[in-house]
Amino acid sequence: MSAEAHNHEDNHDHEHHHKDTFITKYIFSIDHKMIAKQYLITGIIMGVIGVGMSMLFRMQLAWPEESFKVFSFFLGEKMAPNGVMTNETYLSLITIHGTIMVFFVLTAALSGTFSNLLIPLQIGARDMASGLLNMISYWLFFLSSVIMVSSLFVESGPASAGWTIYPPLSALPQAISGSGTGMTLWLVSMAIFIAASLLGSLNYIVTVINLRTKGMSMTRLPLTIWAFFITAIIGVISFPVLLSAALMLIMDRSFGTSFFLSDIYIAGEVLHYQGGSPVLFEHLFWFLGHPEVYIILLPALGITSEVLATNSRKPIFGYRAMIMSIIAIAFLSTIVWGHHMFISGMNPFLGSVFTFTTLLIAIPSAVKAFNYITTLWKGNLQLNPAMLFSIGLVSTFITGGLTGIILGDSTLDINVHDTYFVVAHFHLVMGISALYGMFAGIYHWFPKMFGRMLNKRLGYIHFWVTAVSAYGVFFPMHFIGMAGLPRRYYTNTNFPLFDDLQNVNVIITVFALVGGAFQLVFLYNFFSSIFYGKRTVQNPWKSTTLEWTAPIKHIHGNWEGEIPHVHRWPYDYSKPGHDDDFVPQNVPMKPGEQELHH
Amino acid sequence: MTTLLVLIVVVLLAVALWQLTKIFDLTQVGVKVNDSQVASDNDNKINGYLMFAFLGFIYLTTIYCFINYGHFPLIGNSASMHGPELDNLMVISMIVIFIVQTITQALLHYFAFKYRGREGQKALYFSDSNKLEFIWSVIPAIVLAVLILYGLYAWTNIMFVSEDDDKDAIVIELYAQQFNWEARYSGEDGVLGKANVRYIEGVNNLGVDLSDPNAQDDFASKELHLPKGRRVIFKIRSQDVLHSAYMPHFRAQMNCVPGMVTNFSFIPTVTTAEMRENPEIVEKVTNINAIRTKKSAALIAKGETALDPYTFDYLLLCNKICGASHYNMQMKIVVDSPEDFKAWLKVNSSKTIALAVKTASAEAKETESGATKSKDTTSISTKDTTSVAKLEMN
Repeated sequence: MSAEAHNHEDNHDHEHHHKDTFITKYIFSIDHKMIAKQYLITGIIMGVIGVGMSMLFRMQLAWPEESFKVFSFFLGEKMAPNGVMTNETYLSLITIHGTIMVFFVLTAALSGTFSNLLIPLQIGARDMASGLLNMISYWLFFLSSVIMVSSLFVESGPASAGWTIYPPLSALPQAISGSGTGMTLWLVSMAIFIAASLLGSLNYIVTVINLRTKGMSMTRLPLTIWAFFITAIIGVISFPVLLSAALMLIMDRSFGTSFFLSDIYIAGEVLHYQGGSPVLFEHLFWFLGHPEVYIILLPALGITSEVLATNSRKPIFGYRAMIMSIIAIAFLSTIVWGHHMFISGMNPFLGSVFTFTTLLIAIPSAVKAFNYITTLWKGNLQLNPAMLFSIGLVSTFITGGLTGIILGDSTLDINVHDTYFVVAHFHLVMGISALYGMFAGIYHWFPKMFGRMLNKRLGYIHFWVTAVSAYGVFFPMHFIGMAGLPRRYYTNTNFPLFDDLQNVNVIITVFALVGGAFQLVFLYNFFSSIFYGKRTVQNPWKSTTLEWTAPIKHIHGNWEGEIPHVHRWPYDYSKPGHDDDFVPQNVPMKPGEQELHH
Repeated sequence: MTTLLVLIVVVLLAVALWQLTKIFDLTQVGVKVNDSQVASDNDNKINGYLMFAFLGFIYLTTIYCFINYGHFPLIGNSASMHGPELDNLMVISMIVIFIVQTITQALLHYFAFKYRGREGQKALYFSDSNKLEFIWSVIPAIVLAVLILYGLYAWTNIMFVSEDDDKDAIVIELYAQQFNWEARYSGEDGVLGKANVRYIEGVNNLGVDLSDPNAQDDFASKELHLPKGRRVIFKIRSQDVLHSAYMPHFRAQMNCVPGMVTNFSFIPTVTTAEMRENPEIVEKVTNINAIRTKKSAALIAKGETALDPYTFDYLLLCNKICGASHYNMQMKIVVDSPEDFKAWLKVNSSKTIALAVKTASAEAKETESGATKSKDTTSISTKDTTSVAKLEMN
């Protein structure tokens, strides 16, 4: 292992003498730190679009009969004539909101930023195993983002069959106009996105396996790296299945095959499709779709583990149990997809099996939650913004996760399936939680990325308003869901039955608008701190992991001279027998010192 | 104008925030020279207290929601035989969730408050305890095992029902299309005739195979009438995209999948008339009508027509995104007493699809003859239907 690391070192010493031009440094960079920043900034831009869309459709849901100038301003007269959002526009917005947030922000930007930044720095490597593949991965992601955004501007409108793009709705332009060119662009964008994601994941896996520095055994890896590593493995297993589903859907749409379509009569004619089944698509989609939840969540949990331990000045509780639960969650995540399909028409016996596997996943999740809480116990908590977001993550992870007990139970799913109960559940457990994880990561590693600190007071304002509005939005939402209000309705005014839920929708929207507006505080803090933030010290959070031993100013190859060697696990905080309350991983054991965590 | 206003607000907000941070900074001047962006003891104190307050916020939100929205959830008042069992499971799960949520959030936020960082405070080096971890793996495992067993028991009761189990069962076809529902009843013979989208033509909009003897007495309805106390087995079809037949009051839902027939079954236990008398429903309806009267007043002031007052009805909603008008795809469900249902059947059973087709074709004798001949093929095997489709298209 160490021989390989040394080879790698030599390569980089060689490269070191090249003069970087603007293009090789900032645009087609193969340096993992620059690629991480590229991912992050692209992700933030996509995030602004995705969150902005949710503000617009929340306004539509709260005041369905009003017209808003902002609708015409942002959407144009065609999508919102005279400030009234059309029903197809509503469906486009929820579709693209879901797609952007799930794939572009919480998959690509979250993993792309932090896996790229932290894997080489925390395992002690000069760079990713393949810098070139890494660069290609980012640029493919960028290309797919551009295509997805450009699909908003096509004549027939962007994809509007929901982010789950179930055929036949997504396959037939006759069924909804967004399934024309918009859907084609969606599929092309996703195909490229998946290629980008696979290149990235392979790189992460290879790097973690091969390029760890001397002494960095698998059981000395920070939990961030474990999370990124396992996430990459799930991605490699499940994303190709979505790619195949997307390709089959393209075939059905453009070349007349019948993978997913059969016996369809639409717009006055019988279509030729025969023998396919939309249920097959649902299986393929959710074979990715459920692991996808964990592709989003695990990196956020990894970041949280690291941030909680550092700021509690305590070892993470149950390091090995945390690793085991990451692996258990990853394994189980690939055999639970059917819980999205209890009432899809598949054999009810399958429903029983998937209920069983789904509820099993609650056990490792519970272990993680309790271990986080125990990590706080008797700590010396440094309540930095990153720490607040991590605690917030544990809170929303519990609140959102618990309702999974209801949704994972096939019997109860009958009546809450596809209602706002589901929307509330998954937004809390994976949307908000993963966003919190991402924010925690940004606040924590901003100094590592940009050499400057984010303003903590703006960070506090950002967290507290976000935390209050997140609960304000999603907690009441459970109740309208349990009242049977279906999701993806443009307006509920055609159902007097739901008239009494309307004021709840208004409250939700107000919280959403406030929460959304206060993300501007973050944006301001982020972009102004890049240039004007306070300069950081070498190790601002007094952390034990290797990235803080690297020089503040980024150099290609990460460390001048030899890569530090690792002598201990990453969580020696407040270890008895040491003067400081942290012992970095590269500090050799004192004579007679024990590795206490085994 | 609105845009300008929004921009001004945003700018002012930014200025206010900037000022706020300045004030924060100024208050710190005397306290400590340390202007690093790492949390100081003071920050830890403020945020520690805020964490504790946030626990209060979560509890208050919970209480507020239960008091004000507690009557929304569809628990109790179910109108089907299996409903109470499902509701029961729901209540048990909710109680488990409520307890776990209350305790874990308290621990999390209390610890965040209690152990907030202070100069000189030493954290405990506590990295592992197999005993603790064993406890919190086993307790959830046991609780979940109970929930799973109960859930699977209920699931089996609800889903594994066939026509042979219940000789008295009535079979009804639910037919979904963008953006309408229709129900097809089997008529006197109690057997639904074969159907396929390839038979759709004119008034035969459900694609019933009229050469099938069983199809002769089938009739369709835009209102779903169900008999109280008799098992209803739904055979669910869709002609175009995925839909989902959601009947919340009966705790029933099943997707409608083009190309296949899906099933769901339940026994209605409360007639529409009885449900309208139910005190909780009466209260809900009164409440809704109060809201509608208010809205109507505003509408009339604007010179528009007022809203109709609301009376309770069971509904079938589409609950799978199916196109632009997905939000308005619904059908009224009426649960009749056995006598009323018989009467309804009597009135409607004469309006058969076969008769409607005959009448329609009588009106247009010319175009019809070719098509009837081609429809002599009865089996819906793949090859046959394709050829039929081709013939029809010609």
